[in-house]
Amino acid sequence: MKFAVVVFPGSNCDHDAHYAAQHVLGQQAEYIWHKETTLKGADAVILPGGFAHGDYLRTGAIARFSPIMAEVQKFAAAGGPVLGICNGFQVLLEAGLLPGAMLRNRSLKYQCEHVLIKVEQTDTPFTASCAAGQVLRIPIAHGEGNYYAEPEVIARLERNRQVVFRYTNAEGVATDDANPNGSVANIAGLCSEQRNVVGLMPHPERACEMALGSADGLILFESVIKAVTEGVVAAAR
Amino acid sequence: MRARVFVTLKPSVFDPQGKTVTDALHTLGYSAVKDVRQGKYFELDIDATCPDEARSLAEEAAEKLLSNPVIESFRIELADGAAV
Repeated sequence: MKFAVVVFPGSNCDHDAHYAAQHVLGQQAEYIWHKETTLKGADAVILPGGFAHGDYLRTGAIARFSPIMAEVQKFAAAGGPVLGICNGFQVLLEAGLLPGAMLRNRSLKYQCEHVLIKVEQTDTPFTASCAAGQVLRIPIAHGEGNYYAEPEVIARLERNRQVVFRYTNAEGVATDDANPNGSVANIAGLCSEQRNVVGLMPHPERACEMALGSADGLILFESVIKAVTEGVVAAAR
Repeated sequence: MRARVFVTLKPSVFDPQGKTVTDALHTLGYSAVKDVRQGKYFELDIDATCPDEARSLAEEAAEKLLSNPVIESFRIELADGAAV
């Protein structure tokens, strides 16, 4: 299958995502510059981490207006799998592809560490190969990952089972100690109502080989490869 | 024509930066300062023929780009000081 890795000015995890897809998992992967207007027949789209447009104004606020985002919107609306990682998640929020917004971490610090996240939903293209309740060890690196949405939005997300990942301890319990940034309800990642758009603050692409300290992130990529190969998700071309 | 756009976090949204500034002011002895909310300020130099046109353009810019309606609200003042 083919991954499209969107490159915004200031993206800096684009190579990590491309490397994970192509070299670790042996799939096709292509960089797509944000000014382009085609996803070039990709089966899945990754919005990578980094600091698109220097994070000026708000994280993801300017990137959402990049020409490629109209194509990403269309691809998502047609059921194509889209993964937003860290800054890519922030872009998805600003673009309205996922609900809510990010605030500055409650510590006011840039948090860069390995954290534990629990997989709460296994019926998304990026978690289909996970066991329910599986706890993954994946690094975070962000200053603005403090997820916020109005209480009624949070209630709707919980009701629709759109909270895909939560910061937890090793036992899978969402304690305040396990919450690295102050996110409401320990939310680390979400999916869209159609479940094909997934965003998360932790970096699975940086946890794909044991040399990096963890290979727990692989399962997100393996999941979508399986989903696309088996035709579970639409090939939204 | 000049428009001033003030973007602030909604009252219901916790402001970690404002809280830290409040704490710092208390450390400096300004205990009378009960709370600080940090926001953003923009000056827009607009090519418009009348104040209404400038105001409506500034509003559109604030809604579309300068603020995020999920967490922020905004207020606009034209250069003559008339609040919108």
